[in-house]
Order: sequence, then structure tokens, then C-alpha cells
Amino acid sequence: VSGTVSDREAKILGIIETARAKRAKFRDAHVTMAHGAGGKATQGLIEGLLAPAFGMDELPDAAIVDGGFALTTDSFVVKPLRFPGGSIGELAVNGTVNDLAVAGARPLALTLALVLEEGLPAETLKAEVEAIAHAAAAADVRVVAGDTKVVERGHADGMYVCTTGLGLVDARARLSPAALRPGDRILISGRVGDHGTAIMLARGEFELGATIESDTRSLWPAVDALLDAAGPAVRCARDATRGGAASVLNELARASGVAMIVREADVPVHPAVAGAAELLGIDPMYVANEGKLVAFVAPEAADAALAALRAAPGGAEAADIGEVKTEPVGMVLVETAFGGKRVMDQLVGDPLPRIC
Amino acid sequence: VRYVDEFRDAGLGRALAGEILGEVEPGRHYKLMEVCGGHTHSIYKYGIDDLLPGNVELVHGPGCPVCVIPMGRVDDGIAIAHQPGVIFTCFGDMLRIPGSHGSLQDAKAEGADVRMVYSPLDALRIAKANPDRDVVFFAIGFETTAPSTALTLKRAKAEGVHNFLCMSNHVTIVPPLRALLDSPDLRLDGFIGPGHVSTVVGARPFEFIPADYGKPLVVAGFEPLDVLQAVHMILRQLAEGRCEVENQYTRVVPYEGNRRALEVLAEVFALRPHFEWRGMGFISQSGLKLSDAYADFDAELKYAVPGVRVADPKACQCGEVLKGVIKPWECKVFGTACTPERPIGTCMVSSEGACAAYYNFGRFAREREVV
Repeated sequence: VSGTVSDREAKILGIIETARAKRAKFRDAHVTMAHGAGGKATQGLIEGLLAPAFGMDELPDAAIVDGGFALTTDSFVVKPLRFPGGSIGELAVNGTVNDLAVAGARPLALTLALVLEEGLPAETLKAEVEAIAHAAAAADVRVVAGDTKVVERGHADGMYVCTTGLGLVDARARLSPAALRPGDRILISGRVGDHGTAIMLARGEFELGATIESDTRSLWPAVDALLDAAGPAVRCARDATRGGAASVLNELARASGVAMIVREADVPVHPAVAGAAELLGIDPMYVANEGKLVAFVAPEAADAALAALRAAPGGAEAADIGEVKTEPVGMVLVETAFGGKRVMDQLVGDPLPRIC
Repeated sequence: VRYVDEFRDAGLGRALAGEILGEVEPGRHYKLMEVCGGHTHSIYKYGIDDLLPGNVELVHGPGCPVCVIPMGRVDDGIAIAHQPGVIFTCFGDMLRIPGSHGSLQDAKAEGADVRMVYSPLDALRIAKANPDRDVVFFAIGFETTAPSTALTLKRAKAEGVHNFLCMSNHVTIVPPLRALLDSPDLRLDGFIGPGHVSTVVGARPFEFIPADYGKPLVVAGFEPLDVLQAVHMILRQLAEGRCEVENQYTRVVPYEGNRRALEVLAEVFALRPHFEWRGMGFISQSGLKLSDAYADFDAELKYAVPGVRVADPKACQCGEVLKGVIKPWECKVFGTACTPERPIGTCMVSSEGACAAYYNFGRFAREREVV
């Protein structure tokens, strides 16, 4: 005899999955912090309000426009402005560069808009402008146009930074969120959760005797290496920012109509990040990264792709963490290190606001 | 976290699962209740269910501190949060608990200064940094968290931080267990006792369960091997015809509890004559308010709160879930009208809530063999 899932339970689960697969709606009376967290509320805002208003089915981070160019835009509101391993200026460059990179586009140029708070020390501004210039040079991208605005004291928390990026779609890339097939392998370019944990510790909300540095970096070299090694066998890539790797996996499982299984024991996590997450009751898979990508690669090319990722800058700890499956459609499952199985669902609520 | 890895060893887990199988009487169905929400969370997080034979069923109990908060208390909290000048602080889970007109998160979006904290000391720190504002801490939890609230209040008093206030929703573990055991629709074979609460109260207060109700109880830790071992110990008691309180979590839980913590609780808190529990109604002597010595810090005395008893939403069956009478998926609104992003009931909010845990983690558990 087998099965604890009775017919009735299975039927109810079926109803839930149907409800879950429906397009998210935006029905809230106010914007809450959850709308900025990259989870279900964000999805409701995009799918329920923004995309339909512009006559789009979806509104991705980056889009391919006519002529083989990719276009993306992003705003940065991180608090504090500087943190171990980086600052708002570096994030503003790398975040936008990475949205282009994972769309398979070589970053070419950025525009920069600064919203500055009255009273911001000139030294702070100079340091961030320098950080932007430095990160742009490192990512081999030029800042070519911009805008500045100043708002009264008490607004904008020092500064907000907005960047728009233009990239050239690489001829080797055949990336699409709907391209995943059962059997594809799931690769991650390094350990998860460093950025979010670094910000949390930098805010001084927890006194842990550990220093974690943000992983902010350009992901183009990693994407370049992946495309070199596996070309069209790379089905899709995503940078695992807000909402962490778990959110990326869920988004793509839905977009491709597939399931995924992640082997928890194979996911690289810094011991201090694991420790902090344990204390706070959060899962590092949901904590933000600013220099990690998740790539889905056809099985025959996966080993070569993993080797290429490991040889790319910042990729020494890249790992094969799981596989694309057929059922249950749209779901991400985890094989726990203890030998059990559970669902890794989309993020609800906001464990950590304003991390980028 | 290296020091706990040995309690998460998959090989030892499989070995223990084999021993559990050896204690199971073929054809018999076992229903064991894990009292504590922390256990519920562990069971789902590690997929412990998957290692048990199909006829050993784990039933989730009333020990999720967020889940037992009734709607009226949330409304009272929101009313305080809207008072001019108040900074209202609470744990993250509380932000999304629905009151009768929205949650604390909604109150925040409407302009109330609601801040998430990770400990009562964070709230005290906010109070010191904002001496011209009242900082109210919405305290929740069993005897596990009550001592940290108590110590924070002691410190506030010692340091003269009089703009720090507490709205106490602290509860005690024994009265709801007794209420649960007295309810006629309950069918349980044994209990996995709450490890964290027991570090404070000890294991002795649970002796009434075997003595008066004839059910074994094993106080257990929260690592997967702890839970499996506790299941094994309960099944062995049943197999041998024993019925007693045993302590699996001896590395942390003294049988007599933590006397100093209990003294601090007795100094700072006093038992309420009765307190309302979500889905379980009023239970005598089950809630803690601030003692007379700490009345100056009591937010309920300083602010006139509505204090209205709000009936749980009709469709919500959190009470039956908390009592382990139904499984989360058997609730009429589970997963359709009530989801983690739009919860109707408390059990769908906290990561320790049975419904949220089942919705988030448990829906596709592996099929198990029944012996």
C-alpha cells in the first residue's frame, strides 16, 4: 500500500495549483514594503498593474529591442550607502550591467540619474561618483548621459541612484525564460546570500562577530564564459538579486511550465551566512545576491558550462545544484540535506527591505 | 553552523527511521502531536515526515505564538500604533496578521510608525534613541520568549526609560494543553513536548498529561534527529505499555526548568484571569500581563484600547487546525481564499504556523509506505 496523499488531499492541492497559476492581481489599498521585496506582492504589482497598462504580457528586467540591442533600467535605494564589499554606486553599475548580461547582451553604455538629498556631504557624493566610475571601468561600460535632481532634507535618505543600460545581444546567446526542458541542469555561479547578509550586518541590527562582504560584481565575464563553453545549450540565465536564488527558480519554473528539484546539500553557502540565516530563521536561498547568476544548461553541455563558470572571475565556488523536472508544473522542490523533500515557494513578505 | 551538523546527519536519520519502523505495530495508526510551532517548522524544513512510516502521523499543535493571537488583540495593537507620537514595534511575522480592518503592515502604509524588531532589546534601543516618543513593544510568545521581555522591562526600569511600553500577549503552555486534552474530538496517542518552553519551565509541568490523560510525552529538541528520536521514544513507550514524561532534549532542558528565569517572570508578569486564544476561546489563567510593579510600562493601561472581542472569520478553521482536529488542507479556505500572501487566519502567516508550513513546504511530500 502506498500514499499518504489521499484522493481528497490531491484534489484540493490541484485546486490550489490552479489558483496559484492564475495571473497575479494588484488589489491592495496601499503600497506596502512587500511590493518592493521581489516576491508575490511585486509580481502582483507588475502583472496586475504595470504590464497591462503598457499592453505587455510581461515586463522583464531587460528587453530585446529592434536591431539586436538589449535595454534595461534599475533604481537603487540601499541603506546604508556603503557596506563591506561595496556601495550604492557600485551596485548601480553592476546591477544594471547584470540585467543586460543575463539577457545575453554585452553591456555597452549606461545613463545615470542621481536623486540627492539636501545636505548630503560632498565627500559622500564624490566617493559614490568615484565608485560608479570605477565599477563602470571594471565592467567595461561607459556612462554616457545623465541627470541630477535635489530634494529637500528628509527625503531620499542621502541619495538614490537610477541607471539605464544598453547592451548588444551576443550572437551566441539563445536565452529565453520559456526555454527550460526537463533534464536541464541548474548551475549557480557561487555561494548564495552574501549581499543581503552583508547589508543586514552593516546596518548594525545584529551584533554578530563576523564580517561578510557583498558579492557585487559584473556578471558579464561569467555569461561570456558560459556562452563560450555551451552556446545555445545555455537555456536561460538570471541574476539572483532581490528574493534570492529561490525567487529566480520559481519565476522560471512558472515561465517554462516545468518543475525543479534543488539538492540543498550542493548549494554553496558561506558558513557565517548560514549561521546568520539560522539565527534569524531565514533561508539563504531567499537572501539577495548582487553578483551571482543561476544558469539552466542542457545536460550534455552542463559539465563544460560548470567548468567555464568556475574559471570565470568570482566563480570558483560555482556548483551544479539541481535539475529541471516535469512534475509538478511550476513548482520548485528541495531535497533536504537530511533526506526529506519540501517545496521552495515564492517569497511572501519582506525579510529585509531596501537591500539594493 | 558546524556544532549542529551532527544533529542533521542524513545517515543517522535513516538509521533512526529504521529503528522507528521496528517499534511500529503493523496495522496500527499513530497520531502524535508536536505541541510547538518550532517543531512544525523543523518537520517541514527538513522533510522529517518523509522518513516516517505512513501510519505514523504528526499532528500540529497550538504552540505557534503568532497563530494563537486573536483578532481583537491585533485590532488593539493597531489602535495603539495609530496614536500620535507612538513608535510601534513587533516581530516580523506579526506585521501580516490580519485584524478586522487590515494588518499592522497596512497600518504602516497608512502612516503609523510600525517597525519590525528582532528582539525586545531592539525596541528598548529605539526608545532610548527617541526619548520624546512612546515606543510600544507588542510582546508575544510562550514562556520561551517571556523572559527576554521581562529582562528588557527590568532594564528599562533600572535605566529609567519610561517611554518604553509593553503590550503583553504572552501566554503559558499548560492551560491550552489541558483545554486541548479536555476537548472531546481529540484522538492522540502521544505528544512531542515543546523543547524551548521546557528550557524555562522544565519537563515536570507536563507530568499531568500521562498522569491524568494517559498519554506519553517526550520533550524534544528542534534538530531533525531530535524529532526523530522523540518519535522513537514515544513509540517505544507505547510498545512497552509505559506512559510517562521523558526528556530527549537533556543537553538543554533541565527537568526542573530554569529557576532564575521563572523568578524574573514572576516578578515582571502576573497571570490574567483569562485570555482569549485564536480559535480556542477564553482559557483561564493562560495569559500574562505586566505585574503591578511594572504597571507604568503597560501600554494597555496608558492607552485606552478598544479591547473588543472580535469573532474569528466564519470561514476560518484555525481553531480546529490548532487543536489538531483537522489537517491544514482540510480547512475550507486553505490555499484558495486563504494563502500566505492573503491570509485569513493566523496559521497561514507565521513560518511556525501549520497552514503556512504545509502550504510552503509540505504539499508535495514523498509518498510513504504504510506498514
